[in-house]
Amino acid sequence: MNQTTDAAMATAEAQNSEFLVFSLGDEEYAIDILKVQEIRGYENVTRIANTPDFIKGVTNLRGVIVPIVDLRIKFHLDKVEYGGQTVVIVVNVEDRIVGIVVDGVSDVMTLSPDQIKPAPEFGVTLSSDFLSGLGSLDDRMLVIVDIDKLLTSDEMALVEKVAE
Amino acid sequence: MDITDFYDTFFEEAEELLADMERHLLELDVDEPDSEQLNAIFRAAHSIKGGAGTFGFDVLQKTTHLFENLLDHARNGELALRRDIVDTFLETKDMLNDQLGAYRNGDEPDQEAFERICQALQKLALEEIGKGLEAAGGEVPSAAAKPQQPAEPTQPQQPAAVASEASSTADNGSGRRRVALLNVGEKDRDLLVEELGQLGEVIEHHGDEARYEVVMESTVSDDDIEAVMCFIIDADQLEIGAADGPAAAKAGEAAPADDEAAPEASAGQEAATPAASAEKQTADKAAAQSPTSAKPQSGGKPKAADKPKAKAKGGSESTSIRVSVDKVDQIINLVGELIITQSMLDQTVSELEGPANGNLVNGMSLLQRNARDLQESVMSIRMIPMDFVFSRFPRVVRETAGKLGKEIELVTEGAATELDKSLTERIIDPLTHLVRNSLDHGIEPPELREAAGKPRTGKLTLSAKHQGGNIIIEVIDDGAGLNRDKLLDKARESGLNVSDTMSDDEVWQLIFAPGFSTAKEVTDVSGRGVGMDVVKRNIQGMGGNVQIMSRPGEGTTIRIVLPLTLAILDGMSIKVGSEMFILPLSAVLESLQPAKEDLYAMAGDDVVLKVRDEYLPVVAVHEALDVADARTELTETIAVIVQGEGRRYALLVDDLVGQQQVVVKNLETNYRKVPGVSAATILGDGSVALILDITGLHRLSRQKKEARRPRRADRSLESVTDNEMETSS
Repeated sequence: MNQTTDAAMATAEAQNSEFLVFSLGDEEYAIDILKVQEIRGYENVTRIANTPDFIKGVTNLRGVIVPIVDLRIKFHLDKVEYGGQTVVIVVNVEDRIVGIVVDGVSDVMTLSPDQIKPAPEFGVTLSSDFLSGLGSLDDRMLVIVDIDKLLTSDEMALVEKVAE
Repeated sequence: MDITDFYDTFFEEAEELLADMERHLLELDVDEPDSEQLNAIFRAAHSIKGGAGTFGFDVLQKTTHLFENLLDHARNGELALRRDIVDTFLETKDMLNDQLGAYRNGDEPDQEAFERICQALQKLALEEIGKGLEAAGGEVPSAAAKPQQPAEPTQPQQPAAVASEASSTADNGSGRRRVALLNVGEKDRDLLVEELGQLGEVIEHHGDEARYEVVMESTVSDDDIEAVMCFIIDADQLEIGAADGPAAAKAGEAAPADDEAAPEASAGQEAATPAASAEKQTADKAAAQSPTSAKPQSGGKPKAADKPKAKAKGGSESTSIRVSVDKVDQIINLVGELIITQSMLDQTVSELEGPANGNLVNGMSLLQRNARDLQESVMSIRMIPMDFVFSRFPRVVRETAGKLGKEIELVTEGAATELDKSLTERIIDPLTHLVRNSLDHGIEPPELREAAGKPRTGKLTLSAKHQGGNIIIEVIDDGAGLNRDKLLDKARESGLNVSDTMSDDEVWQLIFAPGFSTAKEVTDVSGRGVGMDVVKRNIQGMGGNVQIMSRPGEGTTIRIVLPLTLAILDGMSIKVGSEMFILPLSAVLESLQPAKEDLYAMAGDDVVLKVRDEYLPVVAVHEALDVADARTELTETIAVIVQGEGRRYALLVDDLVGQQQVVVKNLETNYRKVPGVSAATILGDGSVALILDITGLHRLSRQKKEARRPRRADRSLESVTDNEMETSS
């Protein structure tokens, strides 16, 4: 009895996933909410020399040194400003903690599988390898980012390659 | 609770016991064995056997059983020890270690190895036992008349174990005992009773959880019973006494009939049988020897005598506790955070003025002192004495010397010097390599030594001492020393770039070059030429360095300099532009303002600074790390003379801010290795500062210069990754 309800709930959970929606410029992106550790302001970031420009540096997150990546620079947005409103989403990927800078965090959304469409092959900036799909919600379109793949990819240069 | 919960405790205890055993075996003087040491070795084997029996580790139990018997003969003087016998014992000890490892991983131990070692032990037992006795009999005529001999026929069923049991009779007195288990759960209790059954004959057992009494007939000593029981329960949960206490009398036991319990009653009987009188003598002797074994005689209040003993035992055990390293590291991290918070508060308070804040300032200074003390104490938890490392070398030296046919005396100094645990673990391999190398290449064979007018026996010294924030570990041999010409020849052969004008130091450093070996032939000890470069890399990886001092004919000293701990660093904070960096203070030699006439340009870009007749390459930190708003006029900057990997550099920085202890935080935990940076730390204001890696910085600045050379106009080096830099250099 218990088992069946558990199982049913598990399937329901597997089907509907929750996403954190954030904005970069005019576009809306979403990441799996289970990857998100916390959201904080952008402050006190120490620059690291000789790194790609989208790596803003490292910051102190309660005693842990965390790298900060600015997705706006990575995605070549025109307007990159830092102010009181700049938001850092702290995510956990593969046992690492990384902060990503975005323009704003808007929502937490629940999407069912039929609301998630496969991502078309597109652009140069953001390879479809790093997308889990496109979410459609009424007239909004959310770009669902596979944050694990994106942040551990070679082009982010966040993770040491095995060979090194 | 499941019995498997206790496995780990057993494994850890057994491991310690084996380590003890090895130490004693190595110290053992085969010609005049110290009976205390033999006893200690025997006890270790016995305790492991007991535990192995309890947990059903058959192979381990059987091996230890055979081993124990042999050891028992050895301690009774029935087995004359020889070097090769001790070697077999050491081999057995290794075997036991392997078996423990197998059980720990949930495997069955290697059956073949088990049979082999059993045969070896049995052979030893057959061939050697008795020889010692004959010899002993010759020297000490009374040996045969020793009290344990008449006792032998009483336990014919276990001939091999006879001596053990008889001798424990001598130690502690035998017979009926009452073992009380306090606050032991039912499940464990059954197990314990079963276990007691293996040690002797359980006559009856009854009681409740708070106090459960087992009356048993056993010839095993109290200490041994306790040793076995303590794998499962604590010493203070156990009371062992003769089964003749008042409780026994109340329960209407047949205790008064027990001849040992009531000496007066049995006096007549004893007189009647010579064997019994021999036993009585034994008991008397034991009584005279130690107060604890007087218990069976004291009849009236054995429990009172027992209790303080149990307490004392418990007291000595609670002086150390086992804590997982993770927990300790967590505390260290938290204390690090506390120190940072405290510095933050300190900064805020120092900005306040006025008399009203006097109390606050006082409180802050008190807090600072307490926090520092706390930090020091916490850090000391991680520190363990070098003895942990040195203790394994007698074995290495003994075996290596045996293989090489050399006579070596090993001397260790400063074994009490403390070092961070993570470092002690990592220093073992490099140090073993260095020791083997010294034995193989350093110390000459006995004949050569004699010809050179030196004592036959070579001397190898391992020493450890503190010096400033470092620990210095030295491997000193009194061998032939390094041969400069041979090294240079060999280096040329291997295609290394050398010249005859190189300083001795530089020549000695050649032995750390990859693939370099001067050994005439490859032995199993050393000579493959892999290793020394690995040794050097490992030690550098720990933030240390290796120095070599050598004199022909007098020997070689290899000195390893290591930081005491990896977690805290004495740093010098420097400013470049508006950015703050930390330099490891140990690398900083001096700082000065460079004068124009001391700066020389070389081949265009390069600049060297003349400091007291030495020309040092200049590394401009702002160039290497792309700091935008730094001072670029060389004479306006400050040159910090630093040392890295044996070389000196002049780092150009804008300002020296001060010295401070910093908590080292790994950058690679969440990010990756960054060229020119070894780690990061958190400053008093909560911001992150990078700790500079001096040689990395130098490399970086050279790569930058080279990358810049073809197209000087384009200074963008935005996306320089490790790989790109390597290809460009």
